[in-house]
Amino acid sequence: MSSIPLTADNLDSMSSPSDRLKVDHFRHLKERVIESIMFLAAFVSVVTTLGIVYILVSESTVFFRQVPLSDFLFDRQWTPLFDDAHYGIMVLLSGTITSSVVALLVAIPLGTIIAIYLSEFAPFVVREVAKPFLELLGGVPTIIYGYFALVFLTPLLQKIYPDLPGFNLLSAGIVMGIMIIPYVASLSEDAMKAVPMALREGSYAMGATRLQTSLRVVMPAATSGIASAYILGISRAVGETMILAVAAGMQPNLTFNPTEPGATITSYIVQVALGDLPHGSIGYQTIFAAGLTLMLMTLAFNLLGYYMRKKFREAY
Amino acid sequence: MNDAANHESLPGLKAEARNLNFFYDKFHALKNINMPVYEKKVTALIGPSGCGKSTYLRCFNRMHDLYPGNRYEGAIEFHPDRTNLLSPKVDPIEVRMRISMVFQKPNPFPKSIFENVAYGLRVRGERTRSVIEDKVEMALRGAALWDEVKDRLKEQGANLSGGQQQRLCIARALASDPELMLFDEPTSALDPIATASIEELVSELKEKVTVLIVTHNMQQAARISDFTAYMYLGEMVEFGVTDQIFIKPQKKQTEDYITGRFG
Repeated sequence: MSSIPLTADNLDSMSSPSDRLKVDHFRHLKERVIESIMFLAAFVSVVTTLGIVYILVSESTVFFRQVPLSDFLFDRQWTPLFDDAHYGIMVLLSGTITSSVVALLVAIPLGTIIAIYLSEFAPFVVREVAKPFLELLGGVPTIIYGYFALVFLTPLLQKIYPDLPGFNLLSAGIVMGIMIIPYVASLSEDAMKAVPMALREGSYAMGATRLQTSLRVVMPAATSGIASAYILGISRAVGETMILAVAAGMQPNLTFNPTEPGATITSYIVQVALGDLPHGSIGYQTIFAAGLTLMLMTLAFNLLGYYMRKKFREAY
Repeated sequence: MNDAANHESLPGLKAEARNLNFFYDKFHALKNINMPVYEKKVTALIGPSGCGKSTYLRCFNRMHDLYPGNRYEGAIEFHPDRTNLLSPKVDPIEVRMRISMVFQKPNPFPKSIFENVAYGLRVRGERTRSVIEDKVEMALRGAALWDEVKDRLKEQGANLSGGQQQRLCIARALASDPELMLFDEPTSALDPIATASIEELVSELKEKVTVLIVTHNMQQAARISDFTAYMYLGEMVEFGVTDQIFIKPQKKQTEDYITGRFG
């Protein structure tokens, strides 16, 4: 037997497969078809993203041919629709940053506390009831939050602080924070729930209280998930439009004072996109430059989130 | 049940289970257990899977309190003050401050090696840096880990090997000067070499503390323990001096299990 050279030919004759073991060409084909469908589905999202980037970049190029980048970054006024046009994105950016900071000051502490409560303290029944309600809060259309800020929260804040203008970044930011709470709480809770019971038992066995266990063992173990929850919250805040368009007033205002009205990148884009500026005019072109800025910001946060997940990924 | 009584000059008692019953909801998991735990000795709990040995062990530090629906009856008296550990008037957190536990799978916290060992001290509110440093070093030496980690105390505990992680968990449990240490099958996730080092460690520990250890491995019980209890279906079948249990068990059931005819 060992003297016969093993060529493909006699291998074939040696092991002529029975019918059951033969390659099934039809099944092979079917799997290829299914694979292609799935690939196409995935491809659509990639193409869409690339399309958006292409539009933003190409339209912004038109803008930046007329407005130098240094003006865009450092000018302290944003008046693209006036005769004396200025294009300082800092003005809009300050509105976005101020309202986002207010929102995060509300959403991160509250969201984290809710997550700790639901994951570590709440009895089973409370959690089962509270979580759907929380997620419902995330499903309320943001325009409704906008009106809530304008007709409820602002008058309320004016009772405490009478000089507060009717449109302001503060109440828009607070309500935006309330809107973001469910995202932060729900994702952080998932991350904390995923921490193995063995770690909690280890902590309790050392004589730790529930709070000590939550803060010193469970939260550090869930860092990567909690960090991505925060980052998602930041992205939501930066990208939020309607609440700000309704409640913050849309006048561009270079300020980091939340008690003033202001426009954000998003609310400015809405204003211009819905206005009657002719397509192709430099005023219209500004929304692409603003949109590109917004997208670069959220991209930066997503990359940061990705990095955090990598860095703190838990090997329980 | 009282075979140990035949043994001359019994050591002092550290704890004693008296008519201990335990229920997971309606399931009667431990049935009328009476057993002494002698001071500064190693007591092994053996028996087939599901016999209740881990359930019994976890009564000592009230781990069952963490889950709803669990119920204790009877008492575990803790000496010298003879407090009933299971009494509702006793705070489980205070119990766990005096009785520490090492688990089946190493479960280091997501912290540095140093902070893992310092955890119990910090939980107790210790803030003095020098005290914590001294205790951490002492605990790591006690767990035969100091020489291996003294230059990398800031590294994550999870970076250690499995056997080292388990010794880290022992150091963590040692750092708070427990009176009784509970080991729940501490070597079942480890390779033979790591197992040998843990076994050696447990035998050394009894100079300072009382040890109660659950093990699946009868050779392990024979090697390291002074007393052995054989449990079956939630009952304490036999308790005695380890040599006696392994050489001349009083009950047929124990003999069958030990000789491998059953279990």
